[in-house]
Amino acid sequence: MNSFTYFRTDAVDTAVRERASEPTAKFIAGGTNLLDLMKENVEHPTHLIDITRLPLTTISDNVDGGLRLGALVTNADTAYNEQVIQRYPLLSQAILAGASPQLRNMATDGGNLLQRTRCYYFYDTATPCNKREPGSGCSALNGYNRIHAILGASNHCIATHPSDMCVALAALEAEVRVTGSNGERTIPFADFHRLPGDTPNIDNTLEPGELITAIDLPARGFPEYFQYLKLRDRASYAFALVSVAAALEMEGGTITAARIALGGVAHKPWRKPEAEAALVGKPANKENFQAAAELLLAGAQGYEHNAFKIELAKRVIVRALGQAAKLEPTA
Amino acid sequence: MSTPLVTNTIGKPINRVDGVEKVTGKAKYAAEFNVPDLAYGVVISSAITKGKIKSFDASDALSLEGVLQVFTHENRPKLAWFDISYKDQDAPPGAPFRPLHNATIKYSGQPIALVVAETFELARYAATLVRVEYEELTHETDLEANLHKARKPKHGVADLLKPPPPKPRGDFDRVYAEDPNKVAGRYVHSAEHHNPMELFATTVSYEKNGKLTIYDKTQGVTNSILYVTQVFNIPFSDVRVLSPYMGGGFGSGLRPQYQLFMAVMAARELKRSVRVSLTRQQMFTFGHRPATVQQVALGALADGSMNALYHDAMSETSKFEDYTEVVVNWGGQLYPPENVTLDYKLVPLDVYSPLDMRAPGGVTGMSALEVAMDELAYNLGMDPLQLRLKNYTDHDYNQNKPYSSKELRECYRQGAERFGWPSRNMEPRSMKKDHNLIGWGMATGMWEANQMPARAEAVLMVNGKLRVSSATADIGTGTYTIMTQIAADTLGLPISDVLFKLGDTDMPVAPISGGSWTAATVGTAVQTVCQEVGKSLLKLAKNMPDSLFKGAKWEDITFSDKHMRLKNDPNVAVSLQTLVDLNGGKAVRETSTGLPNALKQRNFSRATHSAVFVEVMVDEDLGTVKVTRAVTAVAGGRILNPKTARSQILGGMVWGLSKALEEESVMDHNFGRFMNHNLAEYHVAVNADIHDLDVIFVEEHDDVVNPLGVKGLGEIGIVGMPAAIANAIFHATGRRVRDLPIRLDALL
Amino acid sequence: MNPAVETYPPDVRPPSLPPVHSVKLTVNGKDTELQISPWTTLLDALREYMDLTGTKKGCDHGQCGACTVLINGKRINSCLTLAIMQEGAQITTIEGIAPTEGNASQLHPLQKAFIEHDAFQCGYCTPGQICSAVGLMNEGKAKTTADIKELMSGNICRCGAYTNIVDAIEDVMNQKNA
Repeated sequence: MNSFTYFRTDAVDTAVRERASEPTAKFIAGGTNLLDLMKENVEHPTHLIDITRLPLTTISDNVDGGLRLGALVTNADTAYNEQVIQRYPLLSQAILAGASPQLRNMATDGGNLLQRTRCYYFYDTATPCNKREPGSGCSALNGYNRIHAILGASNHCIATHPSDMCVALAALEAEVRVTGSNGERTIPFADFHRLPGDTPNIDNTLEPGELITAIDLPARGFPEYFQYLKLRDRASYAFALVSVAAALEMEGGTITAARIALGGVAHKPWRKPEAEAALVGKPANKENFQAAAELLLAGAQGYEHNAFKIELAKRVIVRALGQAAKLEPTA
Repeated sequence: MSTPLVTNTIGKPINRVDGVEKVTGKAKYAAEFNVPDLAYGVVISSAITKGKIKSFDASDALSLEGVLQVFTHENRPKLAWFDISYKDQDAPPGAPFRPLHNATIKYSGQPIALVVAETFELARYAATLVRVEYEELTHETDLEANLHKARKPKHGVADLLKPPPPKPRGDFDRVYAEDPNKVAGRYVHSAEHHNPMELFATTVSYEKNGKLTIYDKTQGVTNSILYVTQVFNIPFSDVRVLSPYMGGGFGSGLRPQYQLFMAVMAARELKRSVRVSLTRQQMFTFGHRPATVQQVALGALADGSMNALYHDAMSETSKFEDYTEVVVNWGGQLYPPENVTLDYKLVPLDVYSPLDMRAPGGVTGMSALEVAMDELAYNLGMDPLQLRLKNYTDHDYNQNKPYSSKELRECYRQGAERFGWPSRNMEPRSMKKDHNLIGWGMATGMWEANQMPARAEAVLMVNGKLRVSSATADIGTGTYTIMTQIAADTLGLPISDVLFKLGDTDMPVAPISGGSWTAATVGTAVQTVCQEVGKSLLKLAKNMPDSLFKGAKWEDITFSDKHMRLKNDPNVAVSLQTLVDLNGGKAVRETSTGLPNALKQRNFSRATHSAVFVEVMVDEDLGTVKVTRAVTAVAGGRILNPKTARSQILGGMVWGLSKALEEESVMDHNFGRFMNHNLAEYHVAVNADIHDLDVIFVEEHDDVVNPLGVKGLGEIGIVGMPAAIANAIFHATGRRVRDLPIRLDALL
Repeated sequence: MNPAVETYPPDVRPPSLPPVHSVKLTVNGKDTELQISPWTTLLDALREYMDLTGTKKGCDHGQCGACTVLINGKRINSCLTLAIMQEGAQITTIEGIAPTEGNASQLHPLQKAFIEHDAFQCGYCTPGQICSAVGLMNEGKAKTTADIKELMSGNICRCGAYTNIVDAIEDVMNQKNA
C-alpha cells in the first residue's frame, strides 16, 4: 500500500471539489475492494476522500413510483429494506447471494457498481494485465481463465465484472445518478459499465471525478415472478461462475414482459433485448426458455478453461426462468 | 479386580482446557507478542520463477525515514556454509532452500528481500519501492508435460517414516491379464496449499544481553531452535523458541518457514526486536501438497477375490529436494491380493519442495485406490462394501506382519448401519428428487499409528497441584487437553489441579507434532513421567511413620481422588498433599522419556482405519454437488477425549469434502506461478458447504501401539472422504470422475 | 516466455511519508487516541497499536472473516476499513463482548457455548466467529439452521468446526427464545 493523504467531509459538493483538485485521488466508502486492491499494490491513490459521512444514506420513494437507493446505503441495508423486499425482491436476492454478511455490512450500493474484476492476473502485479497496466498484455487469454468472460470480450481483456447486485440492477433497468464538476447526470444502467474493447483499464462510463450519489429503481420491480440464481465453486462466499437475474410478468401462463441479465460471463452484466422480446407473448415453458437462452449466448466464445460456461449459462437461464415462472422449486 | 490404569478422566468428553483463552482472544499466537521497540519486516517475493536477480535498487525505500534496512543476498550476514546446517527435522533428501542465499531464483514467489521499518505499514510501502531486475530463464512447472522425466526418489532418513514401495510380489502382469474382472484408471490430483487461518509469523524479542526469545508459528519449537542455532551459528543457551498457540498447522509448520529466518536475521543485524508476518499470498510460496498423476489397476476373480493390484504414482517435487510421501503402498497393506506391483516416482520441477499436508500421500493414494475398488465392485456387480469384506485381512502383506489391532470390520458394520447402507439400490441414477440425483458411496480410510520418543517433566508442587510440560505443540488437535487428562488420570487428580504447558524450548524435548503421533508420543511421555512422580511419592509414603505402604510395590498402588491408595484396600490412602509436604518443603519433580516399545512393536503393523459413508445430491442439469450427510466410523485405538476426538474427525471430514470438491492451487505454467493465491479464489469449504456429519468411534484395544492404547486421529478423518464422495457421485450420476477436485463442470 | 514485469507502480509520485493524525477511537466503550497515519487499517490499529490481539489477521483482504469486529453492533471485516474512518463509531472486539459484573469479566453466552460444543480447534478463527455470531443474532435474519450456515459463511474455519459452530449458535439462540 502506498502513502496517501486523507480528507473527510460531510458535504457532497466539497467532496467533488476535493476530488477535482487532485487527479490521483479516490473516493472511499465501504473500502472493501479499494483497500483490498491498495494492499495488492494494484490501486495506488495518493489522496483518499472519505465519503462515508455524506448524506446519501437513505432509501426513499421517487415521484415516478420508483425507489431511490442512496449511494452510501450498505448492501445489507438495501437487501433487508422492506421496500426493496416487497417491490424489488430480485435485487434483495442478488445482493444476498454475494460476498459475506460482514462485507455486505460495509460495502455500499455505489461502491458495488465500481467493484473491479477478480481476474487473477489483474490482482497479481507480477503478471501482465491490460486492465491494470495498459499495453502490458492479457495473461488470461492463454492462461488460467476459468472465471473469465465468454461474451463481449476482446483480445485485450477477457475479465468479468464480479458483482451480483449489478446483475439484478441491469435486469431492473436502474439508473445511476452521478454528480461531478460539470453537474449532475443520470446514466442508464446498461450504459454504466462498458465492454473492454482496447481500453479494458476503463470499467465504466463515469467521467473522472464523478461521484455516484444514488441508484434509481424504476416503478416496475417484477415482484411476482423473479429469480436470481448463482452458480459458484462452493455453496457461499464465492464469486459467480455464472449467475442469472430473471424477471417476468405473466398473465395466465403467458409471459407479458421479460428481463434476463447474466453475471460472471462478461465485462458487464449481460443482456440481449432480442432474447427478452422473444419470450413476450409466449407461454412460460422450457422450450421457450431454452430458445431465449440460445439467443442470449449467441456469439459466446469459450477459452481453455471456461468453455463449459456457455452450456452452463444456458442451463442456468432455463432453470432461473423456470423458477421465476414458478414452474420449478427454488430450493 | 484391579485394572492397570485408573480411568478417572481419560475417555471423558471434557471441554478444552484452553477454551477460555481461545474464546476470549487471550490466547496469543506468534505475531501477537507485542514486545517493546518492535520493528516490522515485510518480505519481497520473486516475480519470476527461474533465473537470476540482476540488481536491486532499494534507494527509494531507504530514503524514507523509518526504513531501517533492506536485506538481500547482497548484504545478508554470513551464515552457515553447509547444507546440513539448513536441514530441519522434516527435511527431505537434497539441499534445503536457503533464503537470501544468492542471486538464483528457483521458484516463483521465492523470498528475495526483507524490508524492515519502524511500522508494518511503512515496511509494506517501502517494499513496493524496491526495484528488482531479473534475468529470466525458461522454467518447467508442468507435471503432466514432464512425466517422461520421472525418476526414483533419492533415499534418506525420510525413508524410515515414508517407506518406498515394497518389491513386487507375485506376477501382476500375468494374473491381471487373465483376470475375468478388472478395472484400470488414471487419477490426476491438483496441488493444494494448507492455508491454516493464521498467517506464518515470527516475533523475535531481542533481549538486552543479545539473547533471542522467538515466538514462532511452528509445529515443533525444537525444530525451530535447531534451525536457528545451526544456520546462524548461535549457542542454544542464547535462543529460546516459544509457540504456546498455533493457528492451524496441517503440516505447514513441520518445517521452519522463511519468516523465521528473516526475523532472526534482521533482529541480530539490527539488534532489535523484529516481527515478520507473511501475507496470504505468500502462504502460497512454500510447501504444498504435490500435484500427482496415479494409475491404479485391480483384478479379481468372479467371486470378488482380488488377486492383482497395480498402483503407481508420479509426484512433483522441487529441483533441490526429493520430497516423498507414501502414496501407493496402502493397497498392499489393506488388501490381500497375491500379485502386487507398486511404484512411486518423482518429477523434479521449478517449484518449492512440497510439504506434508494432512494425511500426506494417504489421502492421495487412497482417493485413487478406493475409487478403483468401487469401479471393481460395479464391474463385478457386487456391493462395494461386500467387496471390501470379501477382501478383508488382518495381515499387512507389505510388511508381512499382523496388525496390532484392526477393527475395520466393525467400522464397516457400524458405519453401514448408522448410514442405512443395507437398503442401498446398487443401480446408478436410481434415486432422484426434483432436479437432484442422489447417490450413496463408501470408502475405506487408513493411516499409520506411529510413536516417537519424547520427554516430559512433571512437578507436584508444594500446594499439591501438578505442573506437567513438554516442548510439543497444540495445533488445534487438543494436546493441552488430553495431556492434562493423562496426567490427572495417572496421579488421580482433578483436571483443575493439573496445568499442562507446551511449546517452549526450555521444556523437555518432543518431536514435531505431525503424522497423528502426538497423542501416542507425548501421551506416553506424560504418563511415564507422572508415574515417576508417583514412584517418588510411594517412597515418601513408605518413609512415613507406621506407614501402611511399607511393603507396597508400585504395582500395588493406585491414585484416585487426590490420594495414593492400595489397590486391594483403597481405604488405605494418603493424600498427595500430605506426601509432598513430607518432601522437605520441596516440590516432587521428575523428568523422563517416553520411548516406543520397539521390541513389542516390531512384530506388528500398526494402523488406524475408518469406513466412510456419504450421501450426495447432484443437480442433474447444473452439476452442483451437495454432500448431504456423511458417517465416518473410526477404529483409532483408545479415545482419550471423545469430544476433542470427534472434532478432529469432523475436521478431517470437512477437509476431505473440501479436497474432493473445491481445493486446487492453480498454476499458470506460462508463469510457473500459483495464480489463485488468496482465500477468495483458493476455495476451502465454508459453513454452508457442510451438512450432516456423524462420527462413530469403534471400540479397539491395542496394547502394542503404546501403553495408553492410543493411535492418533489427526489424519484418519480425511483419508476416506474424497473417494467416498467420488463414489457417491458415481452412484448418483453414473459418471465416474477420477480427477480431483470434482467441480460442477466435470458433471455437466 | 513472457518478459519479466516491472512491479514498480508506474504512476506513483516520489516516495513520501503520509501525515500522522491524532485518531480517536472508541473500542469496547473506552476512548483511545492514537497517533497514526491514514494507511493503518482498523485491524492493524487494534493489533499493533492497542495490543488488542484477539482480533485476528487471516488474510487481510476480507476473504476469511478472522478479523470480524462489531461497528455500532454490526459485524464487519476490520481489515478492510481504515482506523481513521471509524472515528466516532462504537467498536466492539472479542475483548469487549462479555458482560462485566463488578471487575470480574464473565463469558458471553456464545463464548460459553463455543467451549461447550467444542466449536473450535486451533482457535484462530474463533474470535471472528464469535463476533460474527453476535452480529448474526443482532441482525435477527437467521431463522433456520440453513440460514445460520449461510450467514456464518463469511467466517472460514480451516479446522472444520462448522457443525459445532452451528450447534453452539443454535444453542444460544434457543436459550434466548426460551
